[in-house]
Amino acid sequence: MPVEIPKDTWAGQVRTITLGATAAEGGTRSHTVTIGGQKSLPFMHFEHEAPYPPLVALEIKDRRPDDWSALLLERWGDVVNAPGDWAKAAEAAGAELIVLALSLTDANGEPTRPEAAVAATKAVLASTGLPLIVWGPGQAEADNELLVPVAEATKGERIAIGLCEDKNYRTLVATAMANNHLVIARSPMDVNLAKQLNILISDMGLPLDRILMDPTTGALGYGIEYGYSVMERLRLAALQGDGMTQLPMIVTPGYEAWKTKESKVGAGMPDAWGSWEERAITWETITAMTLIESGADIVVLRHPESVRRVQTAIKDLNSVREMA
Amino acid sequence: MPLSGIEIYKLLPQTNCKDCGFPTCLAFSMKLAAKQVELSTCPHVSDESKAKLASAAEPPIRLVTLKSNGYEVKAGNETVLFRHEKTFYHKPGLFIRVRDNEPLEDIKSRVRAIDVYSVDYVGMTLTLEGIAVESATGDPAAFSAAVRAVREATRRPLILISFDPAVMAAGLQAIDGETALVHGATTANWEAMAGLAKQHQAVLSVQADSLDGLAELTAKLKEAGVQDLVLSPVTGSLSTSLNLSTQIRRLALKKNFRPLGYPIMTFPGDLKDPDQEMIMAAQSIAKYAGFVVLDHFLPETAYPLLVLRENVFTDPQKPIQVQPGLYEINNPTPASPVLVTTNFSITYFSVANEVESSGLPAWLVVTDAEGMSVLTAWAAGKFDAERIAKAVKEFGVADKVSQKRVVIPGHVATLSGELEEELPNWEVRVGPREAVDLPAFMKQAL
Repeated sequence: MPVEIPKDTWAGQVRTITLGATAAEGGTRSHTVTIGGQKSLPFMHFEHEAPYPPLVALEIKDRRPDDWSALLLERWGDVVNAPGDWAKAAEAAGAELIVLALSLTDANGEPTRPEAAVAATKAVLASTGLPLIVWGPGQAEADNELLVPVAEATKGERIAIGLCEDKNYRTLVATAMANNHLVIARSPMDVNLAKQLNILISDMGLPLDRILMDPTTGALGYGIEYGYSVMERLRLAALQGDGMTQLPMIVTPGYEAWKTKESKVGAGMPDAWGSWEERAITWETITAMTLIESGADIVVLRHPESVRRVQTAIKDLNSVREMA
Repeated sequence: MPLSGIEIYKLLPQTNCKDCGFPTCLAFSMKLAAKQVELSTCPHVSDESKAKLASAAEPPIRLVTLKSNGYEVKAGNETVLFRHEKTFYHKPGLFIRVRDNEPLEDIKSRVRAIDVYSVDYVGMTLTLEGIAVESATGDPAAFSAAVRAVREATRRPLILISFDPAVMAAGLQAIDGETALVHGATTANWEAMAGLAKQHQAVLSVQADSLDGLAELTAKLKEAGVQDLVLSPVTGSLSTSLNLSTQIRRLALKKNFRPLGYPIMTFPGDLKDPDQEMIMAAQSIAKYAGFVVLDHFLPETAYPLLVLRENVFTDPQKPIQVQPGLYEINNPTPASPVLVTTNFSITYFSVANEVESSGLPAWLVVTDAEGMSVLTAWAAGKFDAERIAKAVKEFGVADKVSQKRVVIPGHVATLSGELEEELPNWEVRVGPREAVDLPAFMKQAL
């Protein structure tokens, strides 16, 4: 019985965004990466082949993190003491992008100095050819104080800086505009708030092809369903033609999953939780894959084994097979 | 897909004879559409129209139920493609596969471990649904013995796997009287399998490598009198499985295409890679499976899959709430601080998780804010000084602590004055806005 497959046709398309700049383009990256361009829901190849598969980024810090799971510190080893070494190890682990997360304080508990943030960023750029994302510590004042000099010192590299939030985006957007970078717009799991922030940022004059949106997610078991549905709705809105939602999406399953008790704590847990390391990696992997299937274009992870598994799955999902 | 009153009207005699008690056929059809009268009230409706109306009243994805010893696993009756449109109803059953070429004692001990596995998640007890027994030997006696061994080790529902009707007959005889899921029918064996499914009141899985093939088989089986069917498209990759499952769901819901209006079963173990198996199981849970057959069972991977299933199948209209009350974190003493938050589950878990992982002991007062987050509840008047004071009194916090000091979220700093009035003798402190900053605040300020 021949079955006629219904195909969705959409008016809209996700924007194509490129991160990084090679020497010829005014930067120093060995290559650039591109995401977006979808004309259908994730991996619906029978409607449209997606031009760019989702990318996997690895998050590293400017110094040894105080609050990361022992599993992660053990797996990365000594490289966590030097961001350049860590970036190189992350590239070797398969990362397609590096996320450098600046700390609020240095190893002595003093506020991170702008010079130190710039030095860490330069060390990362020197040790890897991958395009880069730099996150501030997540407090408005510190973000502005650290990210502006970082953006200036890396002018032309087309790094993405963030996180821009509704309370603090102007300074970051201005420096991104002045130094030919991109920004990440983060909104708290809400379609309208995401749109509104994109509008505010683009109203400042930053072209839409230099904005990535981070709609925020929760980890598996800690609100993933909210992030999941917001991403599905944002992607549907983008395909229906709403221009302010047609930005590629970046999410942070690594950060979220490794905050959970399931990943952080090894001893004294119920037998039903099973082995710690495999549970933690599965937690991160399933969080990431579920979000990728709801529309994520970049997932930021923390464990190399999760990177391997997620990349294997993306390769499979992105393969177009003869549909019988 | 239910018909509108006008669509029903077209199927009625349109004579306005009033024999049904209504003044016109149109009035009657409106009542029918509203399900306020039975079609049998009209003595003149044709058999053809009856059949059409009955078929339109069926759900677009048939509900099937496996039963054994008081256990039930249901799949189907779904109405939307995206959970935010309404909700997903029937959580896909997770089954673990065993094969009849394994020693019976090994099968039994594995099945016992699966049978008793349960894990607590936000106050709910989560378990797997059952066992899939596959004939690897092709020998009816070996299959029958394996099915019996499994049945000795668990009372949960079973999926039986063999494409040889003689083998399947032996398996079904071993569990006569239950409603098992039989996998399955193919173009080669469907007539014999249909006979077995009818004889044993089993649900029958249909396997084919294309939607055309599946639709052709379900039509034949329906004709042969087997109604309770399950679709098992042969996939072998995440890509194909996602595409076929989506196409089946869309055809059923958007086109009301009956031949594919059945629950889907997937076999993530067929990827032959335990890590990718878990990823495919997760995909199947979010994207439309009714039954998922895994080859590997480990607590550390079963737990995340069960949690994912709870999350995806949560009704998006009703946020998950936690019970209001006084929660103890890290074994607090009378000297430990008292923190206040709302009973929206994500708010609660963010706060509890931060404090818990900081290792600092605390008392957490979870107020009844009708399942809203701090800011939303405050804006809606569900998280004010009165409610917080009521919670502090109701949960007897004063009896537990030596220092009467309460920390409220930074987002509701404005409540502190009022709260001091509501709670005389208590010191009110304003904490950070975000849960993530709590440990630092507790170390420095408390």
